[in-house]
Amino acid sequence: MNDWVIETKDLTKKYGTFTAVDALNLSVKHGEVFGLLGPNGAGKTTTILMLLGLTEPTSGEVRVLGLDPSRQPLSVKSHVGYMPDLVGFYDELTAEENLIYTAKLNGLDRRDAYKRIDEVLERVGLQDVADHNVGTFSRGMKQRLGVADMLLKRPQMIIMDEPTQGLDPEGAREFLQLIRTLKEEGITILLSSHLLFQVQAVCDRVGLFHRGKMVLEGTVPELGRRVLGRAYRIHIEAEGDQNAIRSALQKVPGAVQVELADGRLYRIEAEHDLRPAAAEAVMNAGGKLLRLDVETQNLDEIYAHYFKEVEHGN
Amino acid sequence: MAIEIAQATGKREREGSPWTGLWAVVAKEMADHLTSARMRVLEILIVLTAAGTIYGAMQNIRSTIGQDRFLFLKLFTTAQEPLPAFVGFMGLLVPLIAIALVFDTINGEFSRRTLSRILAQPIYRDALLLGKFLGALFTLALVFTAIWLLIMGLGLWGLGVPPSSEEVARSFLFLLVTIFYGGIWLALAMTFSIIFRQPATAALASLAVWLFFMVFWDIIAGVLAQTLMPIRFGFSEEYLKQAQLELGLTRLSPTTLYAEAILALLQPSIRSLGFILPTQLQGAILGSPLPLSQSLLLIWPHLTGLLAATLLLFALGYTLFQRQEIRA
Repeated sequence: MNDWVIETKDLTKKYGTFTAVDALNLSVKHGEVFGLLGPNGAGKTTTILMLLGLTEPTSGEVRVLGLDPSRQPLSVKSHVGYMPDLVGFYDELTAEENLIYTAKLNGLDRRDAYKRIDEVLERVGLQDVADHNVGTFSRGMKQRLGVADMLLKRPQMIIMDEPTQGLDPEGAREFLQLIRTLKEEGITILLSSHLLFQVQAVCDRVGLFHRGKMVLEGTVPELGRRVLGRAYRIHIEAEGDQNAIRSALQKVPGAVQVELADGRLYRIEAEHDLRPAAAEAVMNAGGKLLRLDVETQNLDEIYAHYFKEVEHGN
Repeated sequence: MAIEIAQATGKREREGSPWTGLWAVVAKEMADHLTSARMRVLEILIVLTAAGTIYGAMQNIRSTIGQDRFLFLKLFTTAQEPLPAFVGFMGLLVPLIAIALVFDTINGEFSRRTLSRILAQPIYRDALLLGKFLGALFTLALVFTAIWLLIMGLGLWGLGVPPSSEEVARSFLFLLVTIFYGGIWLALAMTFSIIFRQPATAALASLAVWLFFMVFWDIIAGVLAQTLMPIRFGFSEEYLKQAQLELGLTRLSPTTLYAEAILALLQPSIRSLGFILPTQLQGAILGSPLPLSQSLLLIWPHLTGLLAATLLLFALGYTLFQRQEIRA
């Protein structure tokens, strides 16, 4: 048994002369949450469609759960749940009827299907509206029904395209909580998004897409180190001799840059979390420590910084 | 892993049956059609048509009871001014009903954003497309059969004469041909629903084709025949050739094929659908009906043509759908 549930090798998709996905090498481990990031049109959805066998790759190879999606699509699709962006349902049918159709397409027998439908609807908190027409549902409810729809086949892996698109902040927060509970159950999750803050909150690793290529890949702190040259930003508020405190902080191992922001506020860009050492340094320099905060790296910033560099590079 | 990939790529064929999940799609489509408001409207329309034309026909037939061997068949073909006969109405209504059922079948899935979710289930596109076609075809069959039974019942009650076995057989074949005729328009409207993303455009395109064959094709065929086979010297062969060409051209239209086919089925006295020269009639007993097998032989090319057109249109739609990118 292989640890990798998704593996692609030089995966390429061309539409005419336009290259949507360019020699992509992507690997996703069993049980991890992987985020595909990038602006619209960067090739995220095309990649997902190729993983499911819904679009034929122009060249290169794909393996999903050890299977080839373009030759064994039925096996792949019966083990992989997929939720497209702004997932749609038949408005004139109830939530339950929509799921019955999915269950039938998956070849579940009747009794099993009803049991599972009750299970998944309860799971996403829609059991009370099971017999309401989907036309009356809010975007957030449809999105949760989308998750129920995926879980119906008891997938080993789920793929979600822009799952939080169109949700209000509260809806998005609840949705991310749902994703976390799925991860705890050992389901591998691949999700794409351009809402970086949310991806950062749930993903173990991320891949940054730009014009069909995955230009960066790794955990968020790794990317922070690589792109910004730092992984942590520490805020210190201290009273005392500014120059003494500042030079003391600069001597702390791991500190990349120390800035005096405003009177008694200091900002340290650091390679690792050096709060204890920084606190000690402030004390030794005769300062009074008033506040000490760490800000982990922000994916938004990494993203913006990276694309700024790319623009300049061109 | 690399070795595994290399081994597996040697196997090029797709796994499993292309029809996995077909019956789930058929059942869903039929349930949708039969419960939709659109279908209610169509049902009312067709029931009113049947009731009106059959009532008219009965008024007409009562006066001639006992003079005709095929009284029951006359129910379908007799017209009472100002209404046309039931078969005339069917030639008009069947395409409309078929188009109304499926003009938004594929593009509707796109606009509701359900297509990619459905295709992410373990089925092939083949099953979805054929399932949608069969679902609509079975719906048509169900509705037409109900109407047919209704007419037979009305006939029994109104005429008070039971139909002969040949009449039952002929009118049943009429039902079958009508369902297949619906199939052509289903395949056409479905193809348009794949080509056009807007359901309204697809509906208009289908209606345009329908109108073209209903109204304009006969006129165009006449003009074409006159241009291609002009009458130069006034020989009778020239007239015959021109008329034959015109007939051949009009038969490219499914409406003509259907009209001729049901005419031969419901009026056993019809001995030929083309031209007969007086010499060919030598020895024929005029006005005597053909047996069913001979009538069938007469319309066999028509039936083949109707079926072939359906298959061609479906194949076209199938090819387009297989190649379509499903991302919305």
